[in-house]
Amino acid sequence: MAKAKNNTLKLKFDTSWNFAPAPESKSIASIKDKYDLFINGAFVKPSSKKYFKTINPANEEVLSEVADANASDVDKAAKAAHTAYDKVWKKMSGKERGKYIYRIARMLQERAREFAVIETLDGGKPIRESRDFDVPTAANHFFYYAGWADKLEYAFPNRQAQPLGVAGQIIPWNFPLLMAAWKIAPALATGNTVVLKPAETTPLTALKLAEIIQEADLPPGVVNIITGAGATGAALVNHPGVDKIAFTGSTDVGKFIQRAIAGTNKKATLELGGKAANIIFEDAPLDQAVEGVINGIFFNQGHVCCAGSRLYVQESVYKTVLRKLKDRIETLIVGDPLDKNTDIGAINSKQQLETIHKYIKIGQQEGAELHQSSCALPGKGFYCRPTLFTNVAQSSRIAQEEIFGPVLTIQTFRTEDEVIEKANNTPYGLSAGVWTDKGSKIFNMTTKMRAGVVWANTFNKFDPTSPFGGYKESGYGREGGLHGLNAYVNLV
Amino acid sequence: MAKSAIKKSNIHISENGLENHQPEKRLEVLKTYKIYIGGQFPRTESGRYYIATNSKGNKLANVCLSSRKDVRDAVESARNAFGGWSARAAFNRGQILYRMAEMLEGRKAQFIDELMQQDASKAKAEHEVNLSIDRLIYYAGWCDKYQQVLSAVNPVASSHFNFSVPEPTGVVCMIAPQQYSLLGLVSVIAPVIAGGNTSVVIGSYDKPLSCVTFAEVLNSSDLPGGVVNILTGKSSELAPWMADHMDVNALVYCEKDEATQKMLKEKGAGNVKRVVIYDKVNWYSDSGQSPYFINDFQEIKTTWHPIENIGGGGGKY
Repeated sequence: MAKAKNNTLKLKFDTSWNFAPAPESKSIASIKDKYDLFINGAFVKPSSKKYFKTINPANEEVLSEVADANASDVDKAAKAAHTAYDKVWKKMSGKERGKYIYRIARMLQERAREFAVIETLDGGKPIRESRDFDVPTAANHFFYYAGWADKLEYAFPNRQAQPLGVAGQIIPWNFPLLMAAWKIAPALATGNTVVLKPAETTPLTALKLAEIIQEADLPPGVVNIITGAGATGAALVNHPGVDKIAFTGSTDVGKFIQRAIAGTNKKATLELGGKAANIIFEDAPLDQAVEGVINGIFFNQGHVCCAGSRLYVQESVYKTVLRKLKDRIETLIVGDPLDKNTDIGAINSKQQLETIHKYIKIGQQEGAELHQSSCALPGKGFYCRPTLFTNVAQSSRIAQEEIFGPVLTIQTFRTEDEVIEKANNTPYGLSAGVWTDKGSKIFNMTTKMRAGVVWANTFNKFDPTSPFGGYKESGYGREGGLHGLNAYVNLV
Repeated sequence: MAKSAIKKSNIHISENGLENHQPEKRLEVLKTYKIYIGGQFPRTESGRYYIATNSKGNKLANVCLSSRKDVRDAVESARNAFGGWSARAAFNRGQILYRMAEMLEGRKAQFIDELMQQDASKAKAEHEVNLSIDRLIYYAGWCDKYQQVLSAVNPVASSHFNFSVPEPTGVVCMIAPQQYSLLGLVSVIAPVIAGGNTSVVIGSYDKPLSCVTFAEVLNSSDLPGGVVNILTGKSSELAPWMADHMDVNALVYCEKDEATQKMLKEKGAGNVKRVVIYDKVNWYSDSGQSPYFINDFQEIKTTWHPIENIGGGGGKY
């Protein structure tokens, strides 16, 4: 009991901590065997004639088959979007556009439970998160931007906001429905039409959203949703009829897109990778800080571009914080994403699980010390234990590169200046976190962090009114809030 | 001095002992046109130069033909100056931009003269200098105001205080408008530094005199060294190095050349640079100035903090 010196209680993890299973019912989710492409207001068969399977990463069962759009499908969708823009959408008053978007928001709220279940089935995230965060926030996003549609003249002083035309939007697999909402809502509010491509591992909620869009009587072609992998995305980026590219995904693909559209007049917003510093000072409320760190890195299995993946702890409290963190990861429930008690669900795909394992190996080879929860993992499906690394060098690849999984590196610091330098020493600049009880220190730190979103004494909070986006190689442009309108307008 | 020498010279002593001048043709002191890096006026490290001429082919000056190394030195000094300049009080940045305008006003005659050497009519030269001074005053005023116009307090649904403010992008490399050697230069530099960025600018190749002389205005305006670095030379040679440089955050290009636009955007992707093209801006008009030019080099930062017990006071407070 030498550790008792620490003067805080150690948690016990005996049998009394087990929860009974509390699975959400799958019966509410209606998933078709096969999904076609949503083009010009109707579901149409792909000219590629090809379909690919989408699976549940929690148990590797096939959920559905989804059309694989080729270049000619992309062309159809882009043309439908262009016609809808010219003939209908750009002529419609903001007031009427707004009412359509409100309608989508409401229908999404009505079917929230169904969407939450499908999001969890297709992506592997805990039902608690899809139910309490992804789906309501997506609906709120539509609701927020609906209201902007007839108020744009108040957003840009001394300028008139004009739509760009057809927006090609490519979204990732970590927040499939929410990212669709982030992209579609502001584009429609500002008078643009849309071709959206969801990620190949998580296409279902976007296709269900297409059903809502159809049901909402949105004029055909205003929103087109096409499924496929990288080649489909590339065809969309390179299509001459697309006026704007909005992309959320990896920095590598973001750079590819920036190069691909270099010789064109296409506008772009890029929401790319991150490697956020989460900084704990000795005067922070440590228990709250530890909860924030846990939320920062294990929210959505760490598949979050703004995840707080680099923890910096002031030396004087390092031992205490580390012990609390190790204790806390033991209590995290890893397993069936549909279980309401689950904290960490399934890794989104086999490929991503391999990437995470690769980095865990690299961390060990680089001499960092590995700490993992001792929890059992389900036999089938893709799972990863919550993972901490201590003894990490600033130059280590696990501290420099985005892992996109439940892996946290922990480093220490002594002074404010030292941690500012370490935190900013990255090509990324998406988010950062600061934990301290001293107000002036908070403002010094939040001002000095070169990142687009800074959470002080909190982490991983999102809201439709709150602009989100990066500095440096984390991309450019903002999504959310008044600033998010800017991405979809020409100011004249 | 020997008597004979006095006789030969055209000075002779009058009876009352005062010197009596015959007018001598005074040799003019020519100005050496150098580049401006980190608040200093070095020559290009390459030792290269080119001869700037007017449209009649008359030689105006030997001008530095800057090199890749000069670009790197300039970017380094811009990066070093960024922390200090971006942390200056907005009010102080405004004072310095105003001081730049004062210094330019004081040297108006010299700028008019140089523009006329570079083929402008007197009226046009005067107009360009006047507009340039007024443009600096315009942006001096914005230094402590654009933040209020571009920022927001966001009414998030959870119990957090949340606000978004603009912060400077960082080091901005610019190829200044080539035809309007003074007005173009001022029009691109002012919004970038008003917003707290630091910069490296390539001036006009054909009309380089004003940009070098403008560096002297900057140097006497309390603008910290490194905030604006000015190079002369071929943009076709230097721009690719700027676009490749991993410590540059944004690029500005003002010409219509599509191949260059494409090159800048392609190479700029290396570290996700913000590439801003101003090929349709009329710098002579009022549309050549606005806070939206400042906004082009700002990043929006959103800060969150919890609020304890929001609305807890009920109706009683």
